Amino acid sequence: MNKPQYQLELQDIQLSFGGLMALHEVSTGVKKGEIFSIIGPNGAGKTCLLNCINRFYHPEKGTILFENRDISHMQPHKIAGMGIARTFQNVELFAHMTVLDNIKLGAHVHLKSGFLSGGIYYGRSRAEEIALRKDIEERIIDLLEIEQIRKQVVHALPYGLQKRVELARALAMRPRVLLLDEPATGMNLEETEDMARFILDINEEWDITIILIEHDMGVVMDISDRICVLDFGEKIAEGKPEEIRHDEKVIKAYLGEEDITYSRLGA
Amino acid sequence: MRCGDFKETYIEDEAIFQSLFVKFWLGLFFVFLLVFPFVASAYLLYVANMIGFAIIAAVGLNLLTGFTGQISLGHAAFVGVGAYTSAILVTRLGFSFWLSIPFAGLVSALAGLVIGIPSLRVKGLYLCIATLASQFIFEFIFIHWESMTNGITGIHIPPPRIGGFEFLTERNFYWITLFFVVLGVGYARNLVRTRMGRAFVAIRDRDLSAEIIGINLFRYKLSAFAISSFYAGVAGALWVTFLKVVTPDHFPFILSIQYLAMIIVGGLGSVLGSIFGAVFITLTPELLNYLSEVVKEYAPGHEEIFVPMKEVIFGLFIVLFLIFEPRGLAEIWHRIKNFFRLWPFSY
Repeated sequence: MNKPQYQLELQDIQLSFGGLMALHEVSTGVKKGEIFSIIGPNGAGKTCLLNCINRFYHPEKGTILFENRDISHMQPHKIAGMGIARTFQNVELFAHMTVLDNIKLGAHVHLKSGFLSGGIYYGRSRAEEIALRKDIEERIIDLLEIEQIRKQVVHALPYGLQKRVELARALAMRPRVLLLDEPATGMNLEETEDMARFILDINEEWDITIILIEHDMGVVMDISDRICVLDFGEKIAEGKPEEIRHDEKVIKAYLGEEDITYSRLGA
Repeated sequence: MRCGDFKETYIEDEAIFQSLFVKFWLGLFFVFLLVFPFVASAYLLYVANMIGFAIIAAVGLNLLTGFTGQISLGHAAFVGVGAYTSAILVTRLGFSFWLSIPFAGLVSALAGLVIGIPSLRVKGLYLCIATLASQFIFEFIFIHWESMTNGITGIHIPPPRIGGFEFLTERNFYWITLFFVVLGVGYARNLVRTRMGRAFVAIRDRDLSAEIIGINLFRYKLSAFAISSFYAGVAGALWVTFLKVVTPDHFPFILSIQYLAMIIVGGLGSVLGSIFGAVFITLTPELLNYLSEVVKEYAPGHEEIFVPMKEVIFGLFIVLFLIFEPRGLAEIWHRIKNFFRLWPFSY
């Protein structure tokens, strides 16, 4: 059988907390340029999987390959340098900084100024800062339509906008793979549609591979190229949206065992 | 009126001093600083020098505690390390004062690096205790390493000189202090608006997130400790050279607390705030001293009540700040500026 070329590949990832098996031999892979969704009921291990990629969690078993390099033992901050960016389920922005500073921080690994040139500022550091500002304004702020809030402090912003700022920060990292953990949670219909549009734009125009965790099935089925379904730490299905929609195991995981469903309905 | 100030380039928008108006007032203030030593009395110049040393040390502590969020209760110890380094280099190895300053900073920074190592494992209150330990360790060293520090008798330091000119008086020393204050404040202000400063704040606000975007916590926390201690070391070297003597009594634990008070009253995470705080904390006791003189003159017999009241009033100020203006004098300044931006038509 021909093995597909994966950009990011997970092999037999196993993770447990005490006696609780959070991930059980999960293997999957993401191809370059696709939108790959991970879905599953609450507590299925979706976020755990992302945390393993980011190296917040250290899986007991298994390897993670990124562009054919083993990243399973890298430090978290090095992962960013490799080109893997991430947003969080609960927004993890720097609350007391302005939107602009948050986004600038995203570009941290691409900047060079240190404690000497930064402190002197004029010269190299200033040129770098101005170029960065221009890049952020014209590439990111313009795309995500957050011009009017760029100088506001993040913690005062509504939730939907914070999510957008977090996406902007991730984009400033110039990632090759972007991990999005529930980007549309807590948003109204319009905001959700905006977010879906942003994700598609980013994927198509900038050629960034996207791994998406989302509970909004409308969004997932609409924009995903492939979907992976987790249930109690195990992968139960993987495939195109059409296949997943009609997969029996998936329907069971979401709706419960058939007989139970029927007995509940009957009661 | 300062409204209607529109920016057309990114350079303008990234500048520290955002308008001509600001530059004008800053220029005026600078002229005042230059004229001040020619008109002020020796006592006022003494106070001005003390404020200068406090500013340098407070800016350093603010970089560590206010920006990076690592609380340090041992800042006075690093001031001491710098002070002794400079004193020993000048008196024993015949270094010139000017050369001893960067060395004082570097040795202090090195000490800061070592003391900063626990910060990688412990946070908040626990780090507090770890840095508190450094305070007492260094105090102990200052007193008991007699072959180096002369113990409690201390070291006498000759005044700095350029050619045949000696910086002996408060007035002459003022120029040295002013030079280092401007340098230190300028450096800090630039640092916090570039890559490294942003990384500091990121660590303070949310360290997990900081790691995700590629900030090496290990390196940046230690850098913060080193830079902060460098400031402390320079402040210490200047201070004891100004006093012409260094003894262990100069760096008690209470001084560390005072530096913390400066940045809390001034405003955590604000370079301008550290200046305000340093001025406030240095001036208040002097003002209270003056007040007690007045009380003695006009209401003799009451000074027994007023003299201890000084400490109480000083403490009260800090408590009131924590309650009513936790973001410090810098925030008050900000509000005043915003008020005048649209004045007199505020809507």
